Amino acid sequence: MEAQLDSVFSALADPTRRAILARLAQGEASVTELAEPFDMSLPAISKHLKVLERAGLIQRGRDAQRRPCRLQAEPLQEVAAWALSFRRFWEESFERLDELLGTEE
Amino acid sequence: VQLQIEPVGEREIVMRRGFRAPRARVFEAWTRPELVARWLGPRSWTMERCEIDLRVGGAWRYLMRGPEGGSMLMEGVFREVVAPERLVTTEAYDGGPNETLNTVTFAEREGRTTVTCRILFSSQELRDRRLKTNMARGAAEGFDRLEEMLATLQGGA
Repeated sequence: MEAQLDSVFSALADPTRRAILARLAQGEASVTELAEPFDMSLPAISKHLKVLERAGLIQRGRDAQRRPCRLQAEPLQEVAAWALSFRRFWEESFERLDELLGTEE
Repeated sequence: VQLQIEPVGEREIVMRRGFRAPRARVFEAWTRPELVARWLGPRSWTMERCEIDLRVGGAWRYLMRGPEGGSMLMEGVFREVVAPERLVTTEAYDGGPNETLNTVTFAEREGRTTVTCRILFSSQELRDRRLKTNMARGAAEGFDRLEEMLATLQGGA
């Protein structure tokens, strides 16, 4: 679980990879389609895709010609659940406690 | 009033927060299950089970359910109960082995209460990991964008 989170986080640390994920959130796309908005070579994009694939964030299609990429949302949800830990968890809880203490006045 | 979180010594994290209420009320909100269920956890989560046996040796257990269906379990056993000023309890998450020993004090001044939680870890490594994940999250690049993206996913997928 922790190794998985580490790889998800390092995958998300790069703006190009986040942009790729944002694009894939709208639907699957080929490597060529993904490369279009970036000033990058296909091999450079492929490298980013490998990182995303290893983190379990995308899946590549079987079609040998196109190999379309598809977003895999589950690891992102794990990140979201993890992100609720600690500071944010308590900040939000204590805001709610403020409200509760206010209503009991 | 703002939440402070800081490392102290090698194995502790100290968390402090002020509330505009006398400590008897804050202590109640902290220890009565029907009240705890109304504030503990993020807004988008729901408290499914909230049990508190408020006495030395008594257990407490909070089971929360997140918007994605994931759950989180917090539980522990009270070591000291001094109403309305002090609680000492063990705390573990999701049945994990890395239990902490938490000392919560409620100090009142001019009708306001400062709550201080000292969280004692069994090793410096575990303490640092908790802090590191905390800070990594705070500083995580593009985290806001990630949240937007998750919102998009929920809406679109």
